[in-house]
Amino acid sequence: MDNALISRGLQRTSFKKFLLWILPWAGLLAVGLYAAYRCLAYGLNETNMDNRFAFGLWIYLDLTIIALGAGAFFTGFLLYILKLKELKSVINSAVVIGFICYSGAVAVLMVDVGQPLRAWFTFWHPNVHSMLTEVTFCITCYLTVLAIEYVPVILKHRSIRRIPSMLVFEFQLHKLMVVFAAIGTFLSFFHQGSLGGLYGVLIGRPFAFRPSLGIWPSTFFLFILSAAAVGPSFILLTTWLTSKLSRKTLVRPEVFRTLGKISGMLLIGYVLAKSIDTLIWINSTAPSLGYPAARFYQYPGFGTWVLITEIVVCGLIPALIFLQPTLRQKTAWLVTAAALACAGIALNRFVLTVQTLALPTLPFDPFMSYVPSWQETATFGAVLAYGVLLYSLSFRYLNLFPQERDLQPL
Amino acid sequence: MQTNSKQSRYGMLIDLDRCTGCGACMLACAVENNIPPAHAGTTDRTGLTWMRVHRVEQEGNDASTQTVYLPLMCQQCDEHPPCESVCPQKAVEYDPETGIVAQIPVRCLGCRYCMTACPYHARYFNWWDPSWPAGMEKTLNPGVSTRMRGVVEKCNLCHGRLQEAREQAAASGTSVVAGETFVPACVEACPTRAIMIGDLADPESEIARQIKTPGTFRLLEQLGTQPKVYYSSARQWVREQLQRTIASTRTEVLNG
Repeated sequence: MDNALISRGLQRTSFKKFLLWILPWAGLLAVGLYAAYRCLAYGLNETNMDNRFAFGLWIYLDLTIIALGAGAFFTGFLLYILKLKELKSVINSAVVIGFICYSGAVAVLMVDVGQPLRAWFTFWHPNVHSMLTEVTFCITCYLTVLAIEYVPVILKHRSIRRIPSMLVFEFQLHKLMVVFAAIGTFLSFFHQGSLGGLYGVLIGRPFAFRPSLGIWPSTFFLFILSAAAVGPSFILLTTWLTSKLSRKTLVRPEVFRTLGKISGMLLIGYVLAKSIDTLIWINSTAPSLGYPAARFYQYPGFGTWVLITEIVVCGLIPALIFLQPTLRQKTAWLVTAAALACAGIALNRFVLTVQTLALPTLPFDPFMSYVPSWQETATFGAVLAYGVLLYSLSFRYLNLFPQERDLQPL
Repeated sequence: MQTNSKQSRYGMLIDLDRCTGCGACMLACAVENNIPPAHAGTTDRTGLTWMRVHRVEQEGNDASTQTVYLPLMCQQCDEHPPCESVCPQKAVEYDPETGIVAQIPVRCLGCRYCMTACPYHARYFNWWDPSWPAGMEKTLNPGVSTRMRGVVEKCNLCHGRLQEAREQAAASGTSVVAGETFVPACVEACPTRAIMIGDLADPESEIARQIKTPGTFRLLEQLGTQPKVYYSSARQWVREQLQRTIASTRTEVLNG
C-alpha cells in the first residue's frame, strides 16, 4: 500500500502489520494527550504533586530522557568532529532519538509549569544566575539544531529527492552538518551540565548540594560525563531493539563494539568521578552542613543499596563488560551492559529528583513520598508513545541505517 | 527608634514559650493577604498557608512529653536567598533596602524550582483557581492583589501594609517604624504577643537586643541562609530539638 514511500532496497513489513504495531501506541498517545489537556485546562491539581513534592514524575522523565538523548550530540561529535566514520551508520538514528527525547522533554515541561504561556518570560527577564535559565536557553537552541539535523534525513526520502531544488538543499545542508554538530555539542555540554547543576546548587537541600568547581557544582560535570557515557549505550540498545523487532540486520557488529567501547571508557571515568564526589560529599560537604550522610539512607526503601546499585551494579559492572575485549565480541553482553548503564542513569536522575525532595530538611519534617496521578502517568506514557511512533515512522519511511541495504541477504 | 534607613533589615522574633498554637496569626495572614478559602480537593500538602503553625512534640518515650507550637513562614533569608538565585525569570526579588524577599506572582512561570530550593517549605503553589463564595469577595483587601492559578506565593512580611506605612510616612514627612507604623497582620493578631517585628540592622532596636539574649536561635542556621526570623525559648529541649539538623524518621505517604 505504501511501498512507493519506502526507500529503495529496504524491506519493511506489510502496511497492515505496521498499523497493528502503531495502533496501541497511538491509543496511549491519545490517552496521554487527554491527560495533558486536563492538566492544562484544569490546573496542576490534576497531578499528585504538592508543596513539598513540587517536582515529580515529569521532572524525573525530563532529566532521564535528556540524558539518554545525549547519544545524538555525542555521536555527532564523534563522527563530525573526531571523524569516527564508523558511526555514520547510526548517526541518522541518533539524531531522530535525540529529537524525540528533547522535543518530548520540552512538551512535558510545558505541561509541568503552572503558566505555560509565560515561558517566553525566561527570555525576556532572564535571571543569569539560575541554572534553569541556562537549561531553557540551551535546550531551546539545541532542539532547533536537532530539528535542522533531522531535515537532511527527511530530505533523503525518495519522493523528496525527485525535486531538484530539494536535492541541492539537502546537499548544501549536509555540508553544514559539521557546524551544527559543533554547535550541538557546545549547547549539549552546557545544558546537560546545567541540568546537573539544577540540584547541585540547592544549598537548602544538603542531600543534593555539592560544592562548586569554578562556577558550577560538581554535579554539572558529572551530568555531562554520565550523559556522554550513556548516550552511545542508548543508541546501541535502541539499534539492537529495532533490529530484533524488525528482524533485520541494521549495522555491522563492529558498530556495536565501537559504541560499547566508547561507552565503557567514558563510564569508567564517570564511575571514578562519581565515587570521588560521593566520598567528598560523605566526609565533608554533608557533615559541614550539619547532616551526617548516613542519616539520608535511614528511610525504608531508600537505603545505601540505592547508592551501591547506581555506582557498582549499573556503573562499574557495565563499564567492565564494555572494556573487556572478549565480552565485547558478544552482542548479548553488549546489550546487557548497555541496558545496565541506561538503568544506572535513570536511577541517578531518580535519586537526584525524587529522593532529594522526599528527604526532610527541618527537624520536625517527615520523610515524604508521593504516587503520581493517572494524569501524570498517562502524560509520561504519551511521551513514550510519541517516541515509539515517530521512531517507527522514521524507520519505516526514512533511511535511518545506511548500512542496512548492504547487509540484507541476497 | 527603628526607621527604614537604606540598610534596614526587617526581621521577626517569635517567642515559642508564648505561642499557644491558637492559629490567629494564620487566619489574620490569610485575611490580610487575600488567600482564598481552600478548594474542596485541598490536602494538608496542597493548601496555601503563608503562615503555618506546626505542632512539634518532644521526642522521648516517657509520658511527660511536652509540645511546642512553631509558627513558620518565609524565613526571609538574607543576602542570597536560595529561592531568589534559582528563579529563571526574576520573579523572586530581594529588596536591599529592607531585606524583604518578595515574590512577583505576575512574572512567575510556576516552575516551582524555588519551592525545591527552600529548605523551610515556606513557598506555596496555587494548585487551584482562587475562588471566594458569593458575598465573601467583599472581605477582600483592596491593598493586596489576588493571585492566579499556577503561580507560587509566600509571606512577604505584609507588603501591602508596608506600602501603606510608607505612604503615610511620606505624607507626614516621617519614617516607617517597623513594629509601630508598620506591623504585619500576624504580629498584630497574636493574642499573646509572641511575634515581634523590627529592624535587625538598627542596634538600638528592641529586636536587635532581644536576638542577642540566650535562648534565641534560627532554623537551619548551619546552611548559611541567614534567615531573619528568630525563635526563642527558655526550654532547653525546644532549642535542642529545633536546632537539630537530623530529622525524625517519621514517614508520610500520599496516595492522591
